Amino acid sequence: MVGMEVSGTSARVTAREAGLVACRACARVWPAETERCGRCGARLVSRDTASLQKVWAWWIAGLVCYIPANLYPMLVTETLVQSSSNTIVGGAVEIAHHGAYGIAAIILIASVLIPVGKFMAIAFLAISARRGSHVPPTRRQHVYEIVEFIGRWSMIDVFVVAILSALVQLSSVASITPGPAALTFALSVVFTMLSAQSFDSRLIWDRARKNRRDDTQ
Amino acid sequence: MTDAAASLDTDDPRAGRTALGHPLEELIACPSCDALYVAQMPPVGGRAVCDRCHTVLISPKRKAGMRIIALTVAVLILVVSAMFFPFLDIHRLGLGNSASILDAATAFETGPMALLGLATAAVIVVVPLVRMLLILYVLTPVVFDRPPARHARRAFRWSQELKPWSMAEIFAIGCAVALVKVADLAQIGFGPAFWMFSVLVVIVLFNDNYLCTWSVWKSLERPRE
Ligand SMILES: [Zn+2]
Ligand SMILES: [Zn+2]
Repeated sequence: MVGMEVSGTSARVTAREAGLVACRACARVWPAETERCGRCGARLVSRDTASLQKVWAWWIAGLVCYIPANLYPMLVTETLVQSSSNTIVGGAVEIAHHGAYGIAAIILIASVLIPVGKFMAIAFLAISARRGSHVPPTRRQHVYEIVEFIGRWSMIDVFVVAILSALVQLSSVASITPGPAALTFALSVVFTMLSAQSFDSRLIWDRARKNRRDDTQ
Repeated sequence: MTDAAASLDTDDPRAGRTALGHPLEELIACPSCDALYVAQMPPVGGRAVCDRCHTVLISPKRKAGMRIIALTVAVLILVVSAMFFPFLDIHRLGLGNSASILDAATAFETGPMALLGLATAAVIVVVPLVRMLLILYVLTPVVFDRPPARHARRAFRWSQELKPWSMAEIFAIGCAVALVKVADLAQIGFGPAFWMFSVLVVIVLFNDNYLCTWSVWKSLERPRE
């Protein structure tokens, strides 16, 4: 790993403190009053002040969709002998009964643990960005990166439903159709992704800096 | 793109202001935490990391442009051909069926479910394809030492913004899960498209690893002729 020359001094300066505004799309800096990045065309905001409102709006939308996603069936399976519909948790339990504990665990992690963990993590980040937190900013930055990385993987359940519905169409012998939860679950994943993307991670660091300065005075 | 750090012309009227004793175009701000640095190209293969939040800022790779173009072309071919081959096939009691990616995307037929089908098709086929085309459009002139293509900067920004919505690799893993889910219901086999997608997943991961966005932005600063 190669470190970077840090302007000669140990006191680190942020773009904002230097009277500049940074482009989050391409990392170029501009004078503070610039509105659009002259390099990539992205809109520039020194700190996205509406960030937290947007985070909460998408967060609530995501949660509202996540509840029916757990109550309604994800899949409706019809075979010669029976017709059954499975919710997310119900489906995982059934798979576990067949002995495929690994797959049951993957489904539970991807569609229950990760979404719930994401809701909690985003709420924690948004609250601590406003009120401050004892959790060091490095740790919180990590939480944010994990949320961003992992969020998309929750879509796996929706894709499984799509694949199965397309594949298992053997007239009367066996057929699978998607249930209403597939839609609300997909919406919930998309809304939480938007919620995480709306969060301006620079807020984590501003707060920590301000606290440190208050402490030393 | 090893020459990406080469000096750039600053005929931009807003340039000329300075900070940290350097003109603005020589600075880089960490997109995650806003820390300001003087941008210094690390040696090829090295990385410049924000020492406050550890975000990788610059990571030039040897012959990255050429490799990315080759891999991107491979992905394009794979996605397009994978659309027309069966993905999985199924047999039970003499009945059989096979599904392609397009079948999976159109599995949600009625009412609001059709929207879900469109969205599925978008994130597993359309978005990855568009991203790849944008990257090719931006990088090809740069790699062959030509001035950047028209609107290349906007195209590259879009390709980066689309990144989280490109979900081909998640779809591929979804297939494996689907397989186990119906293992007791019927016999399932992998079609040729599944293997194509598996290769694609690996390539996509490599490709994103090669792409150093700062190097690309630097090379796009060259004025068009
Ligand atoms: Zn920019
Ligand atoms: Zn940083």
